Amino acid sequence: MSRTYAYFPGCSLEKMARSYHESAMETTRALDVELEEIEDWNCCGATTYFNIDELLAYTLCARNLAMAEQLKKDVVAPCSGCFKNLYSARKHLTHEPDLRDHINEALAEDNLSFTGTSQVRHLLDVLVRDVGLEEIKKRVKQPLTGLKVAPYYGCQIMRPRKDHEDVENPRFFEDLMSAIGAEPTNFLLRLRCCSGALLITNREAALSMVRNLLDSAVRSGASIIATACPLCQVNLECYQAQVNSEFGTDFKVPVLYFTQLVGLALGIPRARLGIGSELVNVMPVLAGAGGGAGK
Amino acid sequence: MTEPRLSFIGEIENLLHASGSNPLNTCIQCGTCSGTCPVAAGGFMSHTPRRIISMIRANRKEDTLAANTYWYCASCFQCTVRCPRGIDIAEMMYALKRYSIWKREYGKDLIGPTFSETFIQTIMKSGRSYEPVLATTYLFSFGFQDMLQEAATATGLMLKGRMPILPPRIKRLDNFKRMIRKIVPVEEQ
Repeated sequence: MSRTYAYFPGCSLEKMARSYHESAMETTRALDVELEEIEDWNCCGATTYFNIDELLAYTLCARNLAMAEQLKKDVVAPCSGCFKNLYSARKHLTHEPDLRDHINEALAEDNLSFTGTSQVRHLLDVLVRDVGLEEIKKRVKQPLTGLKVAPYYGCQIMRPRKDHEDVENPRFFEDLMSAIGAEPTNFLLRLRCCSGALLITNREAALSMVRNLLDSAVRSGASIIATACPLCQVNLECYQAQVNSEFGTDFKVPVLYFTQLVGLALGIPRARLGIGSELVNVMPVLAGAGGGAGK
Repeated sequence: MTEPRLSFIGEIENLLHASGSNPLNTCIQCGTCSGTCPVAAGGFMSHTPRRIISMIRANRKEDTLAANTYWYCASCFQCTVRCPRGIDIAEMMYALKRYSIWKREYGKDLIGPTFSETFIQTIMKSGRSYEPVLATTYLFSFGFQDMLQEAATATGLMLKGRMPILPPRIKRLDNFKRMIRKIVPVEEQ
């Protein structure tokens, strides 16, 4: 039986992280997970709305949550920023009746109402906990043997803390990489921030943070970094050239989404996973993995 | 001079209306936040997070607002999950950003405030984010070399089909705008 979720792609997945969207759709389909896109979803607010107005930030999230409730499904977000915003909005609106009433008055303008019936989940968590690692292992057709992957958690999939989970030493990303036959490396800075929107607002600080992450990933012996967030992907991959020119380094570490790596192991062809749209060429690394995964 | 009815610490503590107030007065100045902050670690902040909490408690409003610390917070929440007193330091940084925008008091060389406002205006107009409009808010503050590098990155993304050409917009935009006006009763710019 297939599981279905209300899918909130988020703005980045429309273009900048198109390959995340494509690989998320392909990989979930292969795992009997159905993602039904929320019709007419709006921007979650990124980290930016909260800089201006907290009430507006929650209202914009609430509109998406209310539309997911109409589908009677839990929400799945592939972007860690969207996940954190939707998750926090649901939490605060559920706990604060005054806030919920106030926002519902605004939502009425779009004939919507928030009640809190849909949970908010990250796509990585859905694969690990709902589909399950054993099930994924069973379905692997081309294990990524020999591929040394640095699993990069970043921030908002883990922080702020949702419940009582271990935010200092999670293992689920490593476990997922092992399940598809890859070898997760001991990536020390795996939970350190990618600098987020600082790449725009404080370039100097951001590039130095990205350099530290790339350095740590390379030192762990990884030949590739796996991410679960479009902003992490863009910062670590697309800004590598700028890091190199700023610090005289020579990084060329490809950065793929976990959905692309899982998809390869499931035997999905590269082109259908959006592979080929990277700025740092991933082909040499993939050629050496599991007999040329997903050719 | 009469004392203001609400102290600076009271204002900042209570700028979190969704999550209730933030217990800044329970801070023991242990410095875990500063030690854990990846931006402070690189020496990019004028004042560490620990020092900012101390300044707020000492009612040093002008010094606090003049610091770049809160606009340089990347919202990674590492300090928040590690604070032994349960202070949500990253949310406190958000509160300071909102306060400084409200008061129009922040360093004039900062990109964060203008970028944030343009971002919100873009969403208010179309419901979704659109990178090329956002780029105009910061590119011109870059030096020539930085701007060239940024242009090279953007070109790379464009060649790989990763840059949007047309601005996206949601379908029920009229309803969406009326919804926003219920929360922020102003016309769009």
